[in-house]
Amino acid sequence: MATAEEHKNEGIGKYLAAYFCILALAGLQFVIAYQNITASQMFRRMLSVAIVEAGLAVMFFMHLWSEKRGFLLFVLVFTISVLLAMQYGWTDSFRLVHCGGYCS
Amino acid sequence: MSQADMTMQGHSAGMMTDRPFAIPTKKLAMWLFIIADTMTFAACLVAYGFLRNATPDWPRPFHGIFNVAVMTFILLTSSLTMLLGVQTAKAGDKARAFRWTIITALAGIAFAVLHIREWLGLIGEGMTLFKNPWGTGLFGSAFFSITGLHITHVIAGVIALTVVGLRYKGGRYNADDIEIMGLYWHFVDLVWMFVVPLIYLLNLAH
Repeated sequence: MATAEEHKNEGIGKYLAAYFCILALAGLQFVIAYQNITASQMFRRMLSVAIVEAGLAVMFFMHLWSEKRGFLLFVLVFTISVLLAMQYGWTDSFRLVHCGGYCS
Repeated sequence: MSQADMTMQGHSAGMMTDRPFAIPTKKLAMWLFIIADTMTFAACLVAYGFLRNATPDWPRPFHGIFNVAVMTFILLTSSLTMLLGVQTAKAGDKARAFRWTIITALAGIAFAVLHIREWLGLIGEGMTLFKNPWGTGLFGSAFFSITGLHITHVIAGVIALTVVGLRYKGGRYNADDIEIMGLYWHFVDLVWMFVVPLIYLLNLAH
């Protein structure tokens, strides 16, 4: 059986690595903010970085990786499918900005 | 007791004790709350994205990143201190687990203070829910509602961390409760990872 001290040190290195990765990715978002690119490029890059950050946080900080595979799949499939379903309105926002809402 | 009663009792006992996905009930409840809250924040952020994309004169009021960078650093670091709290609680080190939990709560307070200071600055510049000096009034409602919802979660988290920490120290709660509280706190941190680029960095004045 592992001692209390062993328990304490168990996985701290892994969590520190995840923390520094997330910190670096957060820093990368600030760098992207000052790049000379279009708003849509900036949006795509920042969102990609945010998704990687969130993935690290969910898997390591929230320990989803060490849960049962069935639970991991339940959380990911359910959440991602609803998040994707929310994206249906984007075409309408482009219609509004490009045609002032009058084009079909 | 009849055979039918015994069968019914056996069934309900099985239904009550089976744990879905083999995780404790309280932890499952927190995960379900987190999934539901993810939908709330996602709906707010998607609605904000729609408005921002469809509005030509969207304001870009942020001139610097120092404040938001410090807030991000504090919140990310508070996730690490929360992790240390969970680890030490699981190791049975009550005093240190309590200390890390309270440090996390203090980081949450620091974050909230910086956030409120920023709000007051923007309000001082003339921004309200319905108008601002830079462009469409929708910006104020989007900014205050999304960051307001987030800061509400932070403040609720600070209160919950303090209560859970004290009850853990007093022996009423155990390490599992600290872990469940940690899940909530990491979620608050996770939401901020999307709020920063979408609300702040995309609206930097260049």
